[in-house]
Amino acid sequence: MIIELCLFARYREALGIERERIEVDVTSIADLRDALLGRGDNWAVLADPKLCCARNQTLCSLKSAIADGDEIAFFPQMTGG
Amino acid sequence: MATSITTDVIRPGHRLDAFEPSHSAGAVVSFTGLVRDASHGQAVSSLYLEHYPGMTERMLDELEISACAQWPLHAVDIVHRVGDLACGEVIVFVAVASAHRQAAFEAASYLMDQLKSQVPLWKRETQLDSAQRVWLIPT
Repeated sequence: MIIELCLFARYREALGIERERIEVDVTSIADLRDALLGRGDNWAVLADPKLCCARNQTLCSLKSAIADGDEIAFFPQMTGG
Repeated sequence: MATSITTDVIRPGHRLDAFEPSHSAGAVVSFTGLVRDASHGQAVSSLYLEHYPGMTERMLDELEISACAQWPLHAVDIVHRVGDLACGEVIVFVAVASAHRQAAFEAASYLMDQLKSQVPLWKRETQLDSAQRVWLIPT
């Protein structure tokens, strides 16, 4: 399946990627993170235990399922206000 | 009722002047968040705020709906700055109106707590001495 990967804040800076369309063979967001960690190098930033994620711009858990065409975002804890 | 994300300077006085709750409102509580010139003992030269276009705006709308469901609010104004900010500039302005002060205080406090932890916004400080850029973590 093809998904749109979005990265924000220090993850975006560490990887130099804001948005990337990628082809993956996974069923959950946790699987997607594992696949990305497998790329090595700076992708280790996604091993952050406080990592947050969103599916189609809605906050979700790593256990959430993924479907073709989804927009999946990874970002650190939020610090607005 | 209004929420917004902006790259423009936020002027709390202007927003309070434009804030027009109904005559049945007996209390208006507002909060203004500013860029501090120091953080964790380090002098700060500027602040950058990043957001998730689309999701951030929608979550601000949902936050307003959530507050209105919990307190009898007559009016709500939430505006959050993004992009590059200088020390002393306004990061966020929140105002709520209600018949009585207790609800207004509680709702304003709730909105700020949620803004800090549940809305996709991220702060990065630039330190004055080293020019090092540091992403903040929740305290």
